[in-house]
Amino acid sequence: MIKENYFNTICIVLLLSVPFLGLILDEPYYITLATKVVILAIAGAGLNLVLGYGGFVSFGHAAFFGIGGYVSGILASHALNYYPIIEWPFVIEGTTQMLIILPLAMLVSGGFALIIGMLCLRTSGVYFIMITLAFAQMVYYFAISWPAYGGEDGLSVYLRNNFPGLNTMNGISFFSICFVLLIIVLFINARIVNSNFGLALQSAKQNPERVAAVGIEPIKVQLIAFVISGAITGLAGALYTDLNRFVSPSVLSWHTSGEIMVFVILGGTARLFGPLVGAALFIILEQFLGGVTENWQFWLGFILIIVVLFAKGGIIGMIAKERHNG
Amino acid sequence: MSISLFLEQVLNGLQFGVMLFLMSAGLTLVFGVMGLINLAHGSLYMIGAFSAAAIASWTGSFWLGLIASLMAAAIAGVIVEIVIIRRLYKRDHLDQVLATFALILLFSEAMRWIFGAFPLFLDVPDILSGTLSLPLGIEYSKYRMMIIVVGILTAIGLFALISKTKLGVRIRAGESDREMIAALGVDISKLYTLVFALGAALAGLAGAMVGAIQSVEVGMGEPVLILAFVVIVIGGIGSIKGALVGAILVGLTDTMGRFLLPSFFKIFLSPSSATDIGSALASMMIYILMAAVLIWKPSGLFGNSAK
Amino acid sequence: MFALSAVIALPTFADGHKAKVGMITTLSGGGSGLGIDVRDGFLLALKGNNNIEVVIEDDQRKPDIAVQLADKMIQSEKVDILTGIIWSNLAMAVVPAAVNQGKIYLSPNAGPSALAGAGCHKNYFNVAWQNDNLHEAAGGYANSEGYTNSFIMAPNYPAGKDALTGYKRFYEGELAGEIYTKLGQKDYAAEIAQIRASGADSVFFFLPGGMGIGFMKQFAQSGIDLPVVGPAFSFDQGILQAVGAAALGVKNTSQWSKDLKNDANVKFVADFQAEYGRLPSLYASQGYDTANLLASALNSADINDLDAFRLALKKADFASTRGNFSFDTNNHPIQDIYVREVIKEGDVFTNKIVATGLKNRSNAYVDECKM
Repeated sequence: MIKENYFNTICIVLLLSVPFLGLILDEPYYITLATKVVILAIAGAGLNLVLGYGGFVSFGHAAFFGIGGYVSGILASHALNYYPIIEWPFVIEGTTQMLIILPLAMLVSGGFALIIGMLCLRTSGVYFIMITLAFAQMVYYFAISWPAYGGEDGLSVYLRNNFPGLNTMNGISFFSICFVLLIIVLFINARIVNSNFGLALQSAKQNPERVAAVGIEPIKVQLIAFVISGAITGLAGALYTDLNRFVSPSVLSWHTSGEIMVFVILGGTARLFGPLVGAALFIILEQFLGGVTENWQFWLGFILIIVVLFAKGGIIGMIAKERHNG
Repeated sequence: MSISLFLEQVLNGLQFGVMLFLMSAGLTLVFGVMGLINLAHGSLYMIGAFSAAAIASWTGSFWLGLIASLMAAAIAGVIVEIVIIRRLYKRDHLDQVLATFALILLFSEAMRWIFGAFPLFLDVPDILSGTLSLPLGIEYSKYRMMIIVVGILTAIGLFALISKTKLGVRIRAGESDREMIAALGVDISKLYTLVFALGAALAGLAGAMVGAIQSVEVGMGEPVLILAFVVIVIGGIGSIKGALVGAILVGLTDTMGRFLLPSFFKIFLSPSSATDIGSALASMMIYILMAAVLIWKPSGLFGNSAK
Repeated sequence: MFALSAVIALPTFADGHKAKVGMITTLSGGGSGLGIDVRDGFLLALKGNNNIEVVIEDDQRKPDIAVQLADKMIQSEKVDILTGIIWSNLAMAVVPAAVNQGKIYLSPNAGPSALAGAGCHKNYFNVAWQNDNLHEAAGGYANSEGYTNSFIMAPNYPAGKDALTGYKRFYEGELAGEIYTKLGQKDYAAEIAQIRASGADSVFFFLPGGMGIGFMKQFAQSGIDLPVVGPAFSFDQGILQAVGAAALGVKNTSQWSKDLKNDANVKFVADFQAEYGRLPSLYASQGYDTANLLASALNSADINDLDAFRLALKKADFASTRGNFSFDTNNHPIQDIYVREVIKEGDVFTNKIVATGLKNRSNAYVDECKM
């Protein structure tokens, strides 16, 4: 067992080596894969806040991922097609500026998280799991039926959004933006978890009555965590649309929610780098196994089961010691 | 819109509800007694349908296929319980979700590996084909009638099992206090395996019966799984009564919603917008229902507040 | 702005009559039967052809995976040509970006109207049909059979809407009912009850995959004795065995049938059976034709000269399993669309042609395409 900080550093180094190799070997696909891992890690980091640290299992995070994705898609597509989103009472045009799109995506998905959280947090346990799923399904069916943005066909955005000073169509540039955002998100996660707020959140997971006795309403704490979590996952969704230059209702399906959960659990819940490790492992398995056999999903399921049964605490749980906070 | 159309739709909602009950009964028992979230329940439904299709093709008899589905699903349930599920009881819900999610991938691909990429053939037996003439001019499919009857019989059987037999007592005790019944000398692992196998068999039966009038293909269990979770959440975890009420409620809401909503909107919107909005709302209806029930009663209609 | 189109894609081989093809299709999960058929047909046509290298990847029916695979094919594998996508939503995700990067895309299946009309591109060729075509032929057939009060149904998603639009474009009678069902819905009891109550004289539906299997079985059980018409997607060779006797007598429209009596098709059906041990479906025939189209273009033109290559493709100088085949100005086929009936041959359910639905049919979006 090694110290968690040391392990985390190794993760960063390994992660950065992939696009580097991609650059040297002229394999742009490696860069795309690494970017995908980073974006999914951001989504997982958002979920980890409520799932790992907060202890409530949201099966509906695909809703935030998708909402963020659609915000990005809608804004960009209006801008590229030169027609405004609304003309009355005042004109709102689309935009392809990342610096506007990303915060807006976070705001909108955070806003949805607020509404959904207020309704869902009154329940707990498996009821909470199901009601979060219900809301995600509602958004999913809505997106399929809403014809204006392609419905099931989805929405294409030919170009990457603009970031001042960088050519985002370049794989490495786009990767760098995503990577920096991941680091920021993980940093924010770390600060939250180690703050008084984070303490209250984790205590609410263990013992809500104690927390209430101290004068803090557990629901308020959980709601704030849920909103932040939704915003972070929404950010990931917006970046994902940019990566693929495409968004469709499939990102809103419960399979996506399930996959994000898989990353978090696989890596290790309540571990800062858990989502990154989980996402990387999942993508690597998918790629590697997929190249070997058509029946790769069987082996993927098999490997995941082995990991769950024998690697409690996820991959990080196997390798790194628990970090002790004062 | 005629009365007979309306009533036929009510029957359809009932039949859908009954099928959901078969799926949910097992799920709610497993969760209530063992505290386990089992996402692979949908795979057991699929295994039932595939076994029925395979045996029915091989022997030419639908009924043999049906028996095969019960057995195959139960056996699959027993194997999965002993090898994997057993290790998950003490783990938290997250690990259970991950492991059973992985099982879905495994089973789906296994079915595809064994049976190929195209859907299988399974048909209704001749004596049940065609329709029954019911009062008020309703022509109702004999086979669907059978499904309703089987469902009601199963519900009665389960109620009797739970309330009148020793096994039922142990199950109810297990739902209240797991440690206590172990202390009282009940063989917990046998009990759990039995409950799991029972749930699996019910799911397999549902899969086989429904497979005959729908399609037998890989991934057929997942949509039903989601609905089954909606049902048990509405009804309250661990409650068979809740599962029945929840299932009927969901079945009726979905069927009547799909039928009434577009017609309702056609009153004041153009046909294509009415269809768009009506269909969209109809798809979302069940989830709106569940959210509404949970907001009103956070533990479901018949659940108790303790998890 | 569109710096992408300035990127010149250098072909992989020095010999301009050789090419590398990237096939992205659905090989796993539900719906994989179609991708497998397209792939098998495509590879059969290229058997023994050393000029074409094929790289095949599985898109798992997910648009984001398809996009990433397309990137991989273009950036890493450096393919000259892309093909394979089955589903319209995946095609919409992949095709516009690919053709704007200078790659030729040959569609063996998906034919969304967006890519036939305003979104058409000189690098995009559809070798199957435009999505509306088979439904249009059904509408035409309904007229010729004297149906005046049809009940029509499709799932509530773009392809479903295209289906009903296509039917209505040619059908001249009244509509007893028009329903959009939920995508993925398996139980049609509610809709069948409505059909019964509507007084319709015919039913038209588009419900691909498992949806159609469920509907046909339930409809057959319901005792409603109305003629049913639909596109081949619910009655293709792969799906028919799962529907069984419930489908007998149903009329379905298709641009291909195994009993088409031209040399290319006779050879194709025989070869396919010999190679794979099963009868081909229309998807397999589409894959086969796509490969032959490509091979014919490579024989006569140099892939390094994209303009000439495109012209060679447009000429469509190959022996199609459909007999007559040519491209209209928006790179979509002009072909006959037949009406087939589901029959049983020995132990196997299959189709036989009973009429010609539309002759030399192009598509409704030609004028919208500003190529």
